[in-house]
Amino acid sequence: MITKAKTLLFRPIIANNPIALQVLGICSALAVTTQMKQVMAMCIAVVFVCGVSSLAVSLIRKYIPGSIRIIVQMVIIASAVIVVDQFLKAYAFEVSKTMSVFVGLIITNCIVLGRAGGFAMENPPLSSFIDGIGNGLGYSFVLIIVGVVRELLGSGSLFGIEILSKVSDGGWYTPNGLFLLAPSAFFIIGFIICAIRLYDSAQIEEDN
Amino acid sequence: MIRKLRSILDTLEPHFLKGGKLAKLFPLYEAADTFLFTPSSVTQTTAHVRDAIDLKRMMFSVIIALQPVILMAQYNTGLQANLGLQAMGMDASPSQWRALILEFLGLGYNPHSLWDNFVHGMLYFVPIFLVTQLAGGITEALFASFRKHEINEGFLVTGMLYPLTLPPDIPLWQVALGIIFGVAVGKEIFGGTGKNFLNPALTGRAFLYFAYPADSSGNSVWVAVDGYSKATPLADAAEGGMPMLTANFDWWSSFLGFIPGSMGETSALGCLLGASLLVVMGIASLRIMVAMVLASATVITLFNVFGSSGYFDVPFYWHFVMGGFAFAMAFMATDPVSAAYTGTGKIYYGLLIGVMVAIVRVINPAYPEGTMLAILFANSFAPLIDYFVIRSNIKRRLARDG
Repeated sequence: MITKAKTLLFRPIIANNPIALQVLGICSALAVTTQMKQVMAMCIAVVFVCGVSSLAVSLIRKYIPGSIRIIVQMVIIASAVIVVDQFLKAYAFEVSKTMSVFVGLIITNCIVLGRAGGFAMENPPLSSFIDGIGNGLGYSFVLIIVGVVRELLGSGSLFGIEILSKVSDGGWYTPNGLFLLAPSAFFIIGFIICAIRLYDSAQIEEDN
Repeated sequence: MIRKLRSILDTLEPHFLKGGKLAKLFPLYEAADTFLFTPSSVTQTTAHVRDAIDLKRMMFSVIIALQPVILMAQYNTGLQANLGLQAMGMDASPSQWRALILEFLGLGYNPHSLWDNFVHGMLYFVPIFLVTQLAGGITEALFASFRKHEINEGFLVTGMLYPLTLPPDIPLWQVALGIIFGVAVGKEIFGGTGKNFLNPALTGRAFLYFAYPADSSGNSVWVAVDGYSKATPLADAAEGGMPMLTANFDWWSSFLGFIPGSMGETSALGCLLGASLLVVMGIASLRIMVAMVLASATVITLFNVFGSSGYFDVPFYWHFVMGGFAFAMAFMATDPVSAAYTGTGKIYYGLLIGVMVAIVRVINPAYPEGTMLAILFANSFAPLIDYFVIRSNIKRRLARDG
């Protein structure tokens, strides 16, 4: 049981990463990764939504009719997202304002729906919950790397604290504007995928 | 002499072969060897096509075709810098080492003197060129050693085109970063020369354009004098339309290249010379160039007729001599690797570039220049264009022959 839980929790981080291997949830990885504050808020939100919605879907999985399963799953996910959104508005208003619609858009994050539909529908509540958390962590792993690279190179800071002193403030670092634009996240994710596949060659797809 | 060189290379060879001490550096040895001598390996089977034109000769032809542009780049960079110094009332270059060299050579800053201009411009062009060769060459060699393929001549051309697209006073570390990005992301991660779908020189230039806009766009970067700003014809046209453009520039000086701009892109005449040489030698595709010119002339004329005032009024013959249009038409759009491959595809590819240049330049208020973006855009469509051309060929033949 313990080992199974461990696999469920940690496999999605490297071996079966939702972004790097399944290439899901790219949209928010491009949109909210210019600042680490937003990245952390987004990661916590997705881990929470993914875990809770998988748990809830799994609890009622035997009562969901097949023909409307996606609608039911979406209702559950949307409820969890609304809770997160309200929570952020109440306790972290500044962050929530800069993230604007992207909190709400967690509803459309394919990772959440993918785990709810693909795993929670066939597995007991506890494993589903752990699986949801694990996939949220796998998502967070990639997002944090992207966020660190983008904020450090694009603004010379991390969590808004200056690390590389900028030329405009009399320092030596010229911020690289490309990393503030969404396409840079594509490059970075590409390089992360490359690094993971160099480390674990089983993930390399065969030529067709 | 030659024999001695050969024997030196031969004695060195075992070290680079498998098991040798320097086996990791084999691509470097191989590159030096095939650069100096014809490889000794020959085709073993009977039937094969022979063509006198191989990659090496092709790249070399492009480099010859680039010479007018390179000479003009150095002359005009110096001319603009000397004019700028004159306008600022300064009597020596603010750059210490350049001033020293010019003084040592007994040259001044007279904008009417051929040599003053040429050498002053050379002192800007050569450092950028050397940094490009060094940084790009090292990137290329690293990938070649890591991927175990040979170092390709492709970089020679990329390394010549890229400095010509840069403003003269760009910081050298940015030059290095740009070419490393261009070679690594634009070419090597897709498998190296011949497999890249983007033009590596333009990829590097685009990186700089988005990463450090303050140093590679705007009005103060085109003349190599700190603090002196002079708008390019493109910037004037974008800001004040025809009245402002014709007040500051005349068409002939723009055609000949005596205007501020990216080093190699100012002279449309130089680019045309290069282009005709490439067409005569059968390297660049005339279809792409003609399609590109016709498409943008058509779209720009439509803008002239139906558009509002300002930038929309600028006629096509001005567009052809401003910014990077001529340079890109001659050397970038015709890059055989990243362009469409099929004959009909080349026409569509050229048309797409021409239309996009006009649209990005005139309609998008953020970018007065659109040639670079248009070509990168068309680069990514080239495989799709080829696919449809081949599909329609198959369909037509099926319909004809059953």
